[in-house]
Amino acid sequence: MSDIAPPYAAVARHAVFPEPKHDDAARFDFLANFNKYLSGTLGPGNARAYETRVRPAFARAHGRDPVDRFEIRRAMNADPFHRLWSGLKRNSMEMRQHNGRAMVLRQLDNLDARAAALNDGKDTLRLDPGVEVPRYQRAVDIHCMPGSYHGEERPGDVSAGANYDCGLFATTAGGLGALSDGGGQALVDWVRRERPGWQPRRILDLGATVGHNVVPLALVFPDAEVVAIDTAAPVLRYGHARAQALGATNLQFVQMNAESMAFPDGHFDWVQTTMYLHELSGTALPRVIAEGVRVLASGGLMLHLEQPQYSDAMPLYEQFIRDWDAFNNNEPFWSAMHGLDLKQLMRDAGLPDVFVTGVRAVVDTSIFPDQSQGEEDHGRAAVWNAYGAWKP
Amino acid sequence: MSELDWIARAGAKAKGKRPAFFDDPAADRMLSMLTALIGEVSVMRQRLDTVERLLDSGAPVTRAAIEAYTPDTAAAQERGELIRDYIARVMRGVQQEVEAMAAPEPAIEEVSAALRDM
Repeated sequence: MSDIAPPYAAVARHAVFPEPKHDDAARFDFLANFNKYLSGTLGPGNARAYETRVRPAFARAHGRDPVDRFEIRRAMNADPFHRLWSGLKRNSMEMRQHNGRAMVLRQLDNLDARAAALNDGKDTLRLDPGVEVPRYQRAVDIHCMPGSYHGEERPGDVSAGANYDCGLFATTAGGLGALSDGGGQALVDWVRRERPGWQPRRILDLGATVGHNVVPLALVFPDAEVVAIDTAAPVLRYGHARAQALGATNLQFVQMNAESMAFPDGHFDWVQTTMYLHELSGTALPRVIAEGVRVLASGGLMLHLEQPQYSDAMPLYEQFIRDWDAFNNNEPFWSAMHGLDLKQLMRDAGLPDVFVTGVRAVVDTSIFPDQSQGEEDHGRAAVWNAYGAWKP
Repeated sequence: MSELDWIARAGAKAKGKRPAFFDDPAADRMLSMLTALIGEVSVMRQRLDTVERLLDSGAPVTRAAIEAYTPDTAAAQERGELIRDYIARVMRGVQQEVEAMAAPEPAIEEVSAALRDM
């Protein structure tokens, strides 16, 4: 199976999942394999272009090698191969959005009704129209997703969440598993090995979007009170319905800004973010970490799953290629965030003993790709670093 | 039925200036059209594969049967290989450029000149 992406038919259809028509699934099958091809077969061409002509030309012109990933990017952006590869990759993302939105918007009445049936009257969904979408979230539509997480095609709809959920498969070539929850499953796997028998009483997930990475925690800790917050109502509506459909009834979805939370000090035993910090502005990020530490109980765990941070130890070319999404896929904070010393930020926020560990998506490897094998799609792979600390 | 024009809205532009990958904007537009077309041909091929599999099974080939068709593991593998083969064909030129970069070669004219008097 390793040469081809898993089929869209293997994606789990929970009760609010948009129903794909034959050709919707065929489009995602194409895109998953196309993305795999772009990263696996064509991706190495970027390094070859850099080594064989871009870097030599730069050295001739400047009398030295590039000193940072930005110089490499500017030089590579003039290379014909990198231009074509980038253009193909950008189009693939746009086609993924187009297909997801077509599938969702065509059946939006039905999706909204299904979500409402699961949401109405439940106190586990708490929306607050007073919560503003932060300016840094409104500036561009994150990863080329029209409307971002907060956009609505009509008031009160679930289109943003449904589109996000149904297309994660294509972007990651199936790397996140049937419920796109390989990150959440990895957390479960990690905590069971790290702290066998630990029973957190309250868990908080920041920037939860549709909750795909927190549902596994809610299910594995059924006695815990689990809270997922986000500023975007459409993904919370969808995520709550999705969680209910999957049996995670101990999971609350609350519209709240993680920079300033309404929870008391020391309220949670576990504060989690999964692929969230890179979507925060440079000002918001330290505030979110500080707020997270404030609401974390003594002895509690803060854990952030992210792509690896850049460091002096990481070759400049790798930093450049990992930065691709920042400039070509509407990830405005990706580059700066990955350049931060996250460990120091956490120390500064009151967590002295920061650890970093590697985490890979946990998926059903009889169908989905084993993330411990194979090539990496830099910046997209379901292979993360976990930056964690237990609060003193 | 909602009044939402889903076809028009599905293709909405994401907020944020799109990078120009080529010097001529027409090249960017053409690549978008070409990539979309490459995707749609793959979709048509898969739909034909579904029809073929329904015919093989002896089941009536109706639009409802096509929509309801779900490949089993073996069929999904074969369909994945079809896509892989298809992508390899349409992307051959780009793939060969990657190969060529691995081992720079002189132009045939130069080879010819060098070998002429051997």
